[in-house]
Amino acid sequence: MAAESHGPMHQFEIQRWIPLDIGGVDISYTNSALFMTLAVLATLTLFWVATRHRTMVPSRWQSVAEIMYEFVGGMVKDNVGLAGMRYFPFIFTLFMFILFGNFLGLLPYSFTFTSHIVVNAVLAMFIFIAVTVIGFARHGVHYFSLFCPPGTPLPVAFILVPIEVMSYFIRPVSLSLRLFANMLAGHVLLKVLAGFIISLGLVFGIIPFAAVFAVTLLEIMVAAIQAYVFALLTCIYLNDAINLH
Amino acid sequence: MPQFDPATFAPQIFWLVVTFIALYGVIAKFAIPRIGEILEQRARLVQDDLDRAAALKADTDAAIATYEKAMTSARNQARDVLLAATTELKKVADDKTAVVNAEVGKQIADAEARIEKAKADAMGSIKSIAADTAREAVARISGLTLDAGKIDAAVGAALKDAR
Repeated sequence: MAAESHGPMHQFEIQRWIPLDIGGVDISYTNSALFMTLAVLATLTLFWVATRHRTMVPSRWQSVAEIMYEFVGGMVKDNVGLAGMRYFPFIFTLFMFILFGNFLGLLPYSFTFTSHIVVNAVLAMFIFIAVTVIGFARHGVHYFSLFCPPGTPLPVAFILVPIEVMSYFIRPVSLSLRLFANMLAGHVLLKVLAGFIISLGLVFGIIPFAAVFAVTLLEIMVAAIQAYVFALLTCIYLNDAINLH
Repeated sequence: MPQFDPATFAPQIFWLVVTFIALYGVIAKFAIPRIGEILEQRARLVQDDLDRAAALKADTDAAIATYEKAMTSARNQARDVLLAATTELKKVADDKTAVVNAEVGKQIADAEARIEKAKADAMGSIKSIAADTAREAVARISGLTLDAGKIDAAVGAALKDAR
């Protein structure tokens, strides 16, 4: 039982630390909720420290916050245009939330809430529905032309439209699965490799230890890249909704 | 896999919504305005500096243009002055040369006249000396005393031939 509970999947278990229940709905405060809270607090601390003494020549932390701001702001502006800057706060929040969720999850004994498909799925579904609503609000029935670009020959359209419709509805699935799979795979790999360190002993254990070290570096990169990819794809979907083609 | 246990979905979704909305509120109302403000201020400061630099450059260009213009006009003026002075000097020199030339010409003419007169005088003297010499020579050689009119005529003819 003890060995089983410390297998590579143990780290993903949800633990209800403060059981709560409202009208039959389970809203217990779990380890997942704690790390979501920590991600929020980490983001807030970063921005609080960064903007406490604002100077023309930025301090180190102010520089970090400014780089984040300009990075995400530039991403929104480049991919969606100035009309997309309305949604900059949302994209920025999304990026910081996932980024800190991924980073905090890399700490030993921590929990990675982005390794749970349901969390990513809720975010992805919200984005999918919001993008669709924005698209129809801005373009009305014209938004359907997203599935069939103007100038498509009719025979091609018979094949193109089903493909486009399918790719549109697969968006939330691919968006959430990508992040989920990356986080899951990375953490399982780390856990399995770490298990080999103990079983191979002090001498040969150095090999999996080096591998864990390398994979940890890789995972730090993946954590940042996946947050970026999630935000970037959101921008690209938003661009479809705002600028159509 | 713990990820596919539906019993864990509700608490995760609930806290996701709560924390995400909280973070959104703070980022939209606090972080973005504060960071945006300082970035804007910096951009404005840089723009102001650039504008001032551009204005200063325009001033410098204007000053250089004024200087160039002044230089050009001064140079032109100097050239005119120089030209006038040269012309003036040349005229004075020409005048003086003319006066001197006239003087020298007159002196040359006087001298030539004097020479001509001296020459004529000398010619006259030569004739009488020649006549005297001829008469003396005739008297010494033949002992004759010739008529002075004849000797003069003969000497005159001989001198005419020699000329």
